[in-house]
Amino acid sequence: MATPFLEVVNLRKEYVGPEGRTVALGGINFEVERGSFVSIVGPSGCGKSTLLQIIAGLVPSTSGEVLLQGHPVREPPLSMIYVFQQYTRSLFPWRTVEGNIAYGLQNRESLSGSEVASRTNEFISLVRLDGFERHFPWQLSGGMQQRVAIARALACRPDVLLMDEPFSAVDALTRVGLQELVLRLWREFKLTIVFVTHDTDEAIYLSTRVVALSIAPSTVAIDLAIDLPHPRDQISTRELPRYLEYRHRLLAQLFKDEKLDSAQNSLPIQ
Amino acid sequence: MLRQLLHSRLIGIVLIAGLLGLWELSSAKGWVPALSWPRVSAITVTWWELVKSGELPTELASSLWRMFVGYFIGVGLGVLVGLLMGAFRTIYNLLEPLTEILRPIPSPAYVPIAILFLGIDDEMKIFMIAFASFFPVLLNTYSGVRSVDPVQIQTARTFGVSGRRLLWQVVLPSSSPNIFTGMRISLAVALIVMVISEMVAASNGIGYFILAAQRGFQIREMFAGVFTLAIVGYSLNRIFLALEARVLRWHHGYTQQQRS
Repeated sequence: MATPFLEVVNLRKEYVGPEGRTVALGGINFEVERGSFVSIVGPSGCGKSTLLQIIAGLVPSTSGEVLLQGHPVREPPLSMIYVFQQYTRSLFPWRTVEGNIAYGLQNRESLSGSEVASRTNEFISLVRLDGFERHFPWQLSGGMQQRVAIARALACRPDVLLMDEPFSAVDALTRVGLQELVLRLWREFKLTIVFVTHDTDEAIYLSTRVVALSIAPSTVAIDLAIDLPHPRDQISTRELPRYLEYRHRLLAQLFKDEKLDSAQNSLPIQ
Repeated sequence: MLRQLLHSRLIGIVLIAGLLGLWELSSAKGWVPALSWPRVSAITVTWWELVKSGELPTELASSLWRMFVGYFIGVGLGVLVGLLMGAFRTIYNLLEPLTEILRPIPSPAYVPIAILFLGIDDEMKIFMIAFASFFPVLLNTYSGVRSVDPVQIQTARTFGVSGRRLLWQVVLPSSSPNIFTGMRISLAVALIVMVISEMVAASNGIGYFILAAQRGFQIREMFAGVFTLAIVGYSLNRIFLALEARVLRWHHGYTQQQRS
């Protein structure tokens, strides 16, 4: 059997706090095919973001491992870039839009100054931020800032993009725009994307596969292949019977874990 | 008219002019013994003569040279050690007790020691100024480094940046507002220590000039020296603020956005 592109094997994460030991991730297993779009959903506090940070090599696991093309990930690999949920904190406020997008490129020894500049411009256009090159991130709207963060990550031409609830802090319409942008870039650059979200609809709409985690100590509760036609459409895709079927299965799992205790509390998924 | 004045910054200038007028009057009327209290107008005339003859500019130049050499040594080392203490726990544990013991000693107290080892020439004064400028920058740099947003560090790491590059590209710019605060405090400290060290032991410089004038009963010259220091101190602070506003342009807007 061929080596999987990205593999998460028996991943465990434990924290030792004042109240003793807590197990956040209790043995996670799944594989990510090259070129796929895998979303990870789960109830709040199930350790989705921690899992993604371990995959990125930013946080060590307690046991188990992450294999990228068969090689264990211990430090952040150059072919994998993490896009943070908190874009206002992740973008460097002392760098302009241009400077932020160039950041990753400037740290690749193989690129000359003019190559960095031309590729920076290319990616500014790609996320439609022409004219904002000299603005500072804090002068832009939330959606624009997240586009800067996406362009900064993609400019390095990674194989894998790890996205941690990247659209959770923007309004609904901006969110739709960003979803379309990410789908377009995913196809255009033949990316592999691992996407953490608490929104099951977003997960189904974007992904080729959805992995649902249980409550902590979390394990994979559902590993669901999403067989919906591409390109997806914000209105018609979401009306397909199969879409609703996926939605039903995932929500049933999540609601079970959230232990709904009253009618007032019937909206655990924001 | 009066209401407008009360609400404008001009009112502060008017106060200064009023106090200078009172000074002039008190001296002219002999309310204060004129020997040690010359008229402001007379001091100004003397000051202008000293500037024209080149005497004050020469003294000032030797003072400022010493001050800036010492200041920049102190600032450089303060930033360096502050970065290291902020970034490495071991270095912090090693140096923190020592800095806490040395820091509270008022600068004039170690002048005699400095004279013993470095004599009374420039080395001693530069050392004194550097030593005193070091601590405010050190402490502020340290606290700046400690408050760098972990998300920024993680961002750099996902782009494969670590070690010295991380310090240079993320930790240093992120701490720069704190570093500038330390540098501004140190600038005032450097000016003070410069004057003190020149009053204790020197054959030139503005501190020496003031003390020598007082001892030689050249009271107008003495005041002219003090006036010069006021002008220099004020100008240095203005230049510093202008520089800071330029370098930290991003920070001003960033914090305003965070607050709103």
